[in-house]
Amino acid sequence: MNYEPVIGLEVHVQLKTKTKVFCACPTEFGKEPNSQVCPVCLGFPGSLPVLNKTALEYAAKAGLALNCTVQKYTKFDRKHYYYPDLPKNIQISQYDLPISKDGYLDIEIGGRTKRIRIKRAHLEEDAGKLVHHENASLVDYNRTGQPLLEIVSEPDINSPEEAYEYLTSLKSIIQYTGVSDCDMEKGTLRCDANISLRPAGTKGLGVKSELKNLNSFKAVREALTYEIERHEQVITGGEQVVQETRLWDEKTGRTISMRTKEEAKDYRYFPEPDLPPFEWTEELIETIRKTIPELPKARAMRFMKEYGLQEADAKQLTCSMQAADLAEKTMRAYPGANKKTVVNWLIGPLASEANARSLQWHELGIKPEDLVELIGYVDSRQISNLAAKAVLTEMIDTRRTAGLIIKDKNLAQISDESSIEKDVAAVIAENPKVVEDFKSGKSNALMFLVGQVMKKTKGKANPQVVGDILKRRLQNA
Amino acid sequence: MSLSKETVEYVANLSRIELAKEELEKISKQLESIIGFIDALRSADVTDVEPTDHIVPVNNRLRSDEPRGSLPIEKTLANAPHKDGRFFVVPKVIE
Repeated sequence: MNYEPVIGLEVHVQLKTKTKVFCACPTEFGKEPNSQVCPVCLGFPGSLPVLNKTALEYAAKAGLALNCTVQKYTKFDRKHYYYPDLPKNIQISQYDLPISKDGYLDIEIGGRTKRIRIKRAHLEEDAGKLVHHENASLVDYNRTGQPLLEIVSEPDINSPEEAYEYLTSLKSIIQYTGVSDCDMEKGTLRCDANISLRPAGTKGLGVKSELKNLNSFKAVREALTYEIERHEQVITGGEQVVQETRLWDEKTGRTISMRTKEEAKDYRYFPEPDLPPFEWTEELIETIRKTIPELPKARAMRFMKEYGLQEADAKQLTCSMQAADLAEKTMRAYPGANKKTVVNWLIGPLASEANARSLQWHELGIKPEDLVELIGYVDSRQISNLAAKAVLTEMIDTRRTAGLIIKDKNLAQISDESSIEKDVAAVIAENPKVVEDFKSGKSNALMFLVGQVMKKTKGKANPQVVGDILKRRLQNA
Repeated sequence: MSLSKETVEYVANLSRIELAKEELEKISKQLESIIGFIDALRSADVTDVEPTDHIVPVNNRLRSDEPRGSLPIEKTLANAPHKDGRFFVVPKVIE
C-alpha cells in the first residue's frame, strides 16, 4: 500500500524587540548569565507583567504578512507546567484567542503553487536556558520572557521538500517584515514537526510522532525523511506507531525516542489574571498593515516584469530584503538595457565573495554605484572579466573604488592593436609548428597562440583583439 | 462531591508534591470542600452571562519598548537555595 505523509510544523520566532514581552529587561544576545533579569521575569511574588507594545504590534504584523486575520479581541492565558527553565511554573501564552489566525502561505513545489494554511500565530514568553552538568543543571534566565511568536501550520504539508519550502518562505517573509532575524543558529527561529502517515488518498490522520532538536532546515528535511521511512516500516510490519516525542540526532542521522513516561499533557490553561485583554481597532490594524513592505514573492514578480529577469534569478535576488534592495539599486544605476549583466555579477562573483566570507552580499560594503562602475570597465573592455573579479575582491578588502584599483595595479586591458602586434609577431616566430597546425585546420592551435600572447602581456591584452590579430596575420601569411 | 484517591494523586503529581498517606486523606477532604463550593457556583443560572476573561474592566494596558535596568546579580540570586557563580543550580533535569 502507498502511504502519504501528513506534516504540520510549529515554528517559534523570537521577536526583535529591545525589551522582554512583559518586563523592561533588555533582550541582547550573549550577555553574562542572569544579567538581564528582574522580579517580573524571575517570577518573584507580587511582581506584575505589563505587555510590550512593540511585541504586540510585531506579532500582528507577522500575522498579517502571513495572510492571517488579526482578532479584534485578544487575551493571554496561563499554561501550567513545571520545568526549571520556567521560573513562574507557568508560561504566559495564548489559548483560545490568539492574536491572529486563519492565514496561509503559498509555496512553489515541483513547478506548481501549493497553499499551506496557517492555523494560528500567537504571542508567548520564551523560557530560560539550562546547562547540564554531571550532577546538576545550571539555569540562565536571560532568555526568559523574551517575546516569541508561535506559528502553527495546518497539517497540509505532504513531503519533507514541502516542509523545507514552507520554512524557507516563512523565514523570508518574516525577515522582510523586520520583526525577527529568524536565525536558527542564534535560536531566533526554532521548529518542531508533527508527522503521521495515512494510506494515500484517504482523509483520516494516523498516529503522529513529534520531532524535536531540529537545528536547521536541512535537519527538518532529513529528520522527516527518516521518520517517514520508520513509520512505513512499523506499519507494513503490522505494528502500531506509538505516539511520542522523538529527538533528531544529527550525527547518526536518526530519530531517537525520548522514552519519557508518555502521559497526556495537562496544561490547565486559564485566563491570565495579571494581564488585561487587548481590543484592536480597525484603524490600528490598518496602520500596522501599511508598515508591511513588498513581500518576496511580489517583489520577484515585479523584478521579472520590470527588469526582464528569469524566474530563478528573480527568486534568488529577493530571498532577503537587504539583498533585494542592493540588487534593485544596482539594476537601476546600471545604464545598460540588459539587466542580466548586473544579475550575473550579483549571483556570480559577488555571491561567491559573500559565501567565502560567510556573509550576505549586502554586508560586503559594496555600494550599487561601485559595482556599476566596475561592470562599466568590463563592458567597455577596459579590463578583462578575470581581472574584474580580482578588482572586486580588492574593492571589498580595501573599500576603494574600481577605478583607483585598476590604475594602481596597472590592470587596464590593452586593446590598442599596435602595442599587441609586436607580441603577436614574436609568438608566431617562436611557434612555427603550432602555426603549421593552425594552417592545416586545427582550430585548437589558435587558442594556444592566444594563450602565449596573453602570457607575454601578463594577461592584460584583450584576448578577443589578440585572436583577431592572430587570425588576420596567419591567414594572410 | 467526593474525589477519588487517583484524582487527588494526579493533582499532587501535577503540582510536583508528594503526599504521605495521612496527608492524602486530609488534603482529599479539603479539596472536596473546595470542589463543593464550585458546585454551588455551578447551580447559578448563567445562560445570558458572557464568560469573563478578566475581572477588572480595563483593557489595552501597554508599555513602550524601552529597556530599564535589570537586577544586580546579588539580588537575583539572594534567595536561591543553590547557586554557582552567576547561575541558579537545580537538580539535574533532562526531559
